[in-house]
Amino acid sequence: MIVNENPVAARPAPASNRGIWGWMRQKLFSSPANTVLTVVTGWLLYIGLTPVISWSFIEADWFGSDRSACDGGACWVFITARIEQFIYGFYPEDLRWRVDLVFLQTGLLLLWLMPQSMPGKKWGVIYALSIFPISSFFLLSGGLGLEMVDTHKWGGLMLTLVLALVGIVAALPFGVLLALGRRSEMPVIRFFCTTFIEVWRGVPLITVLFMASVMLPLFVPEEVVFDKLVRALIGIVMFQSAYMAEVVRGGLQAIPRGQYEAAAAMGLGYWKMMRLVILPQALKMVIPGIVNTFIALFKDTSLVLIIGLFDLLAIVQAGLADPKWLGFAIEGYVFAGFVFWFFCFSMSRYSQSLEKRLNTGHKA
Amino acid sequence: MMTSVNNAEMAGSDSAMIELRKLNKWYGDFHVLRDIDLTVRKGERIVICGPSGSGKSTMIRCINRLEEHQQGDIIINGREMTNDLKDIEQVRMEVGMVFQHFNLFPHLTVLENCTLAPIWVRKQPRKEAEAIAMQYLERVRIPDQADKYPGQLSGGQQQRVAIARSLCMNPQVMLFDEPTSALDPEMIKEVLDVMVELANEGMTMLCVTHEMGFAKTVADRVIFMDEGQIVEENEPESFFNNPQSERTKLFLSQILQH
Ligand SMILES: Nc1ncnc2c1ncn2[C@@H]1O[C@H](COP(=O)(O)OP(=O)(O)OP(=O)(O)O)[C@@H](O)[C@H]1O
Ligand SMILES: [Mg+2]
Repeated sequence: MIVNENPVAARPAPASNRGIWGWMRQKLFSSPANTVLTVVTGWLLYIGLTPVISWSFIEADWFGSDRSACDGGACWVFITARIEQFIYGFYPEDLRWRVDLVFLQTGLLLLWLMPQSMPGKKWGVIYALSIFPISSFFLLSGGLGLEMVDTHKWGGLMLTLVLALVGIVAALPFGVLLALGRRSEMPVIRFFCTTFIEVWRGVPLITVLFMASVMLPLFVPEEVVFDKLVRALIGIVMFQSAYMAEVVRGGLQAIPRGQYEAAAAMGLGYWKMMRLVILPQALKMVIPGIVNTFIALFKDTSLVLIIGLFDLLAIVQAGLADPKWLGFAIEGYVFAGFVFWFFCFSMSRYSQSLEKRLNTGHKA
Repeated sequence: MMTSVNNAEMAGSDSAMIELRKLNKWYGDFHVLRDIDLTVRKGERIVICGPSGSGKSTMIRCINRLEEHQQGDIIINGREMTNDLKDIEQVRMEVGMVFQHFNLFPHLTVLENCTLAPIWVRKQPRKEAEAIAMQYLERVRIPDQADKYPGQLSGGQQQRVAIARSLCMNPQVMLFDEPTSALDPEMIKEVLDVMVELANEGMTMLCVTHEMGFAKTVADRVIFMDEGQIVEENEPESFFNNPQSERTKLFLSQILQH
């Protein structure tokens, strides 16, 4: 028999588990082998990163009006001097406030809709789906008393964002409908959706864009041929919704049959069942796949340069060919790469917080 | 005492709630339901038992049209079931169902599970639906869990939520498909207690279960199915003490051994 009458008072944790030093000792220097690894890795990082940091920050030149401002290091002057063009493309200078207004709306909407608890989210969604797209359309392209701006003057980041945003907003609902159609019990609908998905998924996006810009005008009378940007957008949306459909279908297939049966047994019809019970679960499950598709879409928008649209990457490339700025290819590509990375990484982070927030402790 | 309640109940309600006439169903070539004839009067409580694969689930799933039959008639509350969508939605509003694996919606809270169909199918205002749902959650003794998600509840609690969720649609008949067979022993009782209460209130119930204690307490009739047929049908007293068919005897000897 054991009886312990002496209560043990709480003592502070041993020094080795506490604080930054404790952490380092435990994770980085726990054994001789680990210590060697840590030192070697640190040394490699130092060797590798020092020149990069020195080139891009310490020795870099940031502002000026031409290349004479640059001596050694990165010449970010190339970017800062042309930043307006990189953002707005060839959009008329005196009308750029209209683009700014669209950017502003987009930013405010993101701030309104993305955080977990914001007042009046419902109105935010309604605004985002009605006034926002309509006002953006007229602001960007003109009409209703605003001066028209032809889409071939659009370019740079603004064009990239238009392509990506329209693509993302349209591809998700189309993808959901296609996925539902592919699982439909009606053979005609199933056949149509399956064919659509398989055809678009099997063709490279470059081919799609090329067909839209070069082939279509050959077959369709000239008066009917609509704007090149619109054609590219339709191509992108078709292509991405086929991918999206397969991602969503994966989620639908993971929902147990009992969920369908319970919903049906309560009298919910097909659309209500899908909207209220099946899709919320299926979409939540495939958030990583959906965001993956969004990210691919975002980067694929740069392929429109093949049909002569100047998205961010294309316009940076065009800038590199300027005789006054020859030799700044690295700066140009690093900048374009960073902008793309920034947007894609933001999407990825947001999706992770969304996943956490939507987790209801469901054990599958 | 039980019998007196039952008699009073039956005297008041002679009308048939559910009628199955010469019901036949095949899965491909497999004849799963064979010439099923069954009449359930209003307020009657029926327990269905039988070996695995005998077609018990299939039969009660035909009643609320989760399965289609090929021959025979199903008449519910005087309405013959066809493949008309209107009929199907109507019958599903009147017939509640509780499943073996609960099938709660994991992305909704307990309260939202209970108000979903009343709001979207019965078009009740949200406030009213929530008030009714809370009443039923109190009756199944878990009002304090209303804001939790199903994943945070024990199996017994989940099944009680599932019962409350069905009751919120104010059904005239409740179908139970082995409601306790996915539960640990200590949780079976809390679910059975709720079901006994429901039975005592006069709900028409069809219950597939092997809980013979439950059958003895509340059933008006026990039905034994084997190989897609109704083999024997009797009051619980005689069914358990004096089974007629050899197959029933064999089945009872097997399950009572446990
Ligand atoms: N969707 C289906 N397709 C083909 N056969 C099926 C299907 N569903 C059930 N069956 C078969 O029909 C028979 C009856 O099934 P049912 O689920 O009704 O049995 P049960 O009496 O409920 O059995 P248990 O006690 O195991 O639940 C079984 O042999 C089963 O294999
Ligand atoms: Mg069964």
